Amino acid sequence: MLTIKNLHAEVDGKQILKGINLEIKRGEMHAIMGPNGSGKSSLSSVLAGRENYTVTEGEVIFDGKNLLDLSPEDRAREGIFLAFQYPVEIPGVSNLNFLKTALNEIRAYHNLPSIEAKEFLRLTKEKQQLVEFNANLMNRSLNEGFSGGEKKRNEVFQLAMLDPKLAILDETDSGLDIDALRIVANGVNKLRSADKAFMVITHYQRLLEYIVPDFVHVLYDGRIVKTGSKELALELEEKGYDWLKEEVHQKESV
Amino acid sequence: MRNSNEIIDDIANKEYEFGFTTDIEMDIAPVGLNEDTIRFISAKKQEPEWLLEWRLKGFQAFKKMKFPEWQHFKMPELDLQKLSYYAAPKEKKKLNSLDEVDPELLATFEKLGISLKEQKVLAGVAVDVVFDSVSVATTYRAKLEELGIIFCSFGEAVKHHPELVKKYLGTVVPHSDNIFAALNAAVFSDGSFVYIPKGVRSPMELSTYFRINAENTGQFERTLIIADESAYVSYLEGCTAPKRDENQLHAAVVELVALDHAEIKYSTVQNWYPGDKDGNGGIFNFVTKRGICKGNSSKISWTQVETGSAITWKYPSVILQGDNSEGEFYSVAVTRNKQIADTGTKIYHLGKNTRSRIISKGISAGHSDNTYRGLVQVGPRAANARNYTQCDSLLIGDRCGAHTFPYIESRNSTATVEHEATTSKIGEDQIFYLNQRGIETEKAVALIVNGYAKEVLNQLPMEFAVEAQKLLSITLEGSVG
Repeated sequence: MLTIKNLHAEVDGKQILKGINLEIKRGEMHAIMGPNGSGKSSLSSVLAGRENYTVTEGEVIFDGKNLLDLSPEDRAREGIFLAFQYPVEIPGVSNLNFLKTALNEIRAYHNLPSIEAKEFLRLTKEKQQLVEFNANLMNRSLNEGFSGGEKKRNEVFQLAMLDPKLAILDETDSGLDIDALRIVANGVNKLRSADKAFMVITHYQRLLEYIVPDFVHVLYDGRIVKTGSKELALELEEKGYDWLKEEVHQKESV
Repeated sequence: MRNSNEIIDDIANKEYEFGFTTDIEMDIAPVGLNEDTIRFISAKKQEPEWLLEWRLKGFQAFKKMKFPEWQHFKMPELDLQKLSYYAAPKEKKKLNSLDEVDPELLATFEKLGISLKEQKVLAGVAVDVVFDSVSVATTYRAKLEELGIIFCSFGEAVKHHPELVKKYLGTVVPHSDNIFAALNAAVFSDGSFVYIPKGVRSPMELSTYFRINAENTGQFERTLIIADESAYVSYLEGCTAPKRDENQLHAAVVELVALDHAEIKYSTVQNWYPGDKDGNGGIFNFVTKRGICKGNSSKISWTQVETGSAITWKYPSVILQGDNSEGEFYSVAVTRNKQIADTGTKIYHLGKNTRSRIISKGISAGHSDNTYRGLVQVGPRAANARNYTQCDSLLIGDRCGAHTFPYIESRNSTATVEHEATTSKIGEDQIFYLNQRGIETEKAVALIVNGYAKEVLNQLPMEFAVEAQKLLSITLEGSVG
């Protein structure tokens, strides 16, 4: 579904990604871990098409299409969803109005008619219950005055509503207490399916106790330096990242 | 009247284009402004002597006045001697062609998807159409007459209800109020007149549709609305003008009078031609709007959505004379390209326990300049007067300007005056967030701007709110990125 080859990217003239290679197939759950500043969030930004990132080398193929040729909105319409680390607030725009607009834009891209009001309501209710999103928050302005946890839960609710092929969760666990974390993780687990893939970016192993990954990749200095199974996450939790850093530097000095 | 109705029907049947000029023969006054012009207008309209005298008083005042210098923009050169002050469609002539349609504006129109016809049928809106200077038709009049409501052109009011006109004309905006009001007093052509009798709530929104058609004619309409004791009326004013290379002056006057326990709600969606990208052409919208809450517990509420005009310069005001009376001003002013807006309100708290609320939302894009200017004055007798003002500015891009000039004068120590102001930019983060959900940038901006202006748009009657939302989106198309 997603193939990243030798991806290099820079921001403000500074090289951030230095040759990422990654293959994600349908139904898979990939965890991306790594120390601060290793390029985890940059990878999600580049995939989503954030403007200030420049791809200098490499390619990204998503469902047979060259992702890097597409505008951010077309990437979204093709089925890439980014759950933001810091969701923005948009005053005066109701959560539901926003979601309906987004849903219809995506449908129009696929030559589908706008969703009917009744069907939309049914869908919101179903998804809201599925991911345990507070119904009162649906009619409020988009993220305005939401707590950190509510914002993250709104991301998962939107993910449920828009039903993408690939969901990238950028540190969705940061700032969540243990109860909120469990709810968010439950929501994500319910959304897992054979035709959907996830890329979960996290700093801590904690989230992976609830969302069990098929693969764990460790990102360091703009590259994936180690790939393993879920046990790798546990190892990192125990030993930290320093041993990996040393390994990388030893290889480089050889 | 039959021919006038045909004109309306033709306009209504045709989809609504801003950019067409209607090729019909006009009665046009000779260019220039002098006493003869005024006598010509008055004679054309077969006015009584007292009204001619009032016009002449206005002209005398006008001659002594100069253009103001306090505004936050460079006053354009205006040669008032080069304008023609009266243009009326000739009777018994049919509409010939509507072929000078500007495709760009036609496209805009299609996006807006509104027509006069729609306006007429929308949820019981009674439409009074001002076609250049003469009001050519009023719908729903009979229905309103049953309730004793008078809704007609100003000219007809002078003929049929002279006592009411005489009693209230110039009592809120005197003939010598300011140079443009004085000019209007001298040469006003037509406009709307509304009287709601005691205890009557108008069962429908009353609406006037203004349109400037002829070249080189300023539009000087005059509107007078009186809500008698415990009466209620909601009045809508929509404006548009064809596209022309030269500037056109629009110097209207609106007077509102609310007696005891009466309420007047006045909504404007202004979409005059704003000029081209380089600031050529466009309407100078220099309007004096003022209401007086004369009676106790009366209320006047102004709502305006200003998206058009090269220069918008107006301060819809409320004089809170009656005790416990209430004034409101809700405004969205959008400027782009080289448009200028210097707008706001003036609230005069005179009576006890008077309250006022001002919500102003400025949106500037391109090279435009958007100014909020507002006065809140509390008189010595206005015990416990309360004002709340919030004015927000939203910037799109980094070449536009937003300015706020609040003036607060309080002569009563028991008064409470609050003022809040914010300035923000549409963030790239906000746009990217919406992009990432599949929403393209222009739609994203429209969504953000409509959210920002929601508090004001919510004040508009339903059908107007929808139109205003679309208008905001269209106005800002191409402003980002």
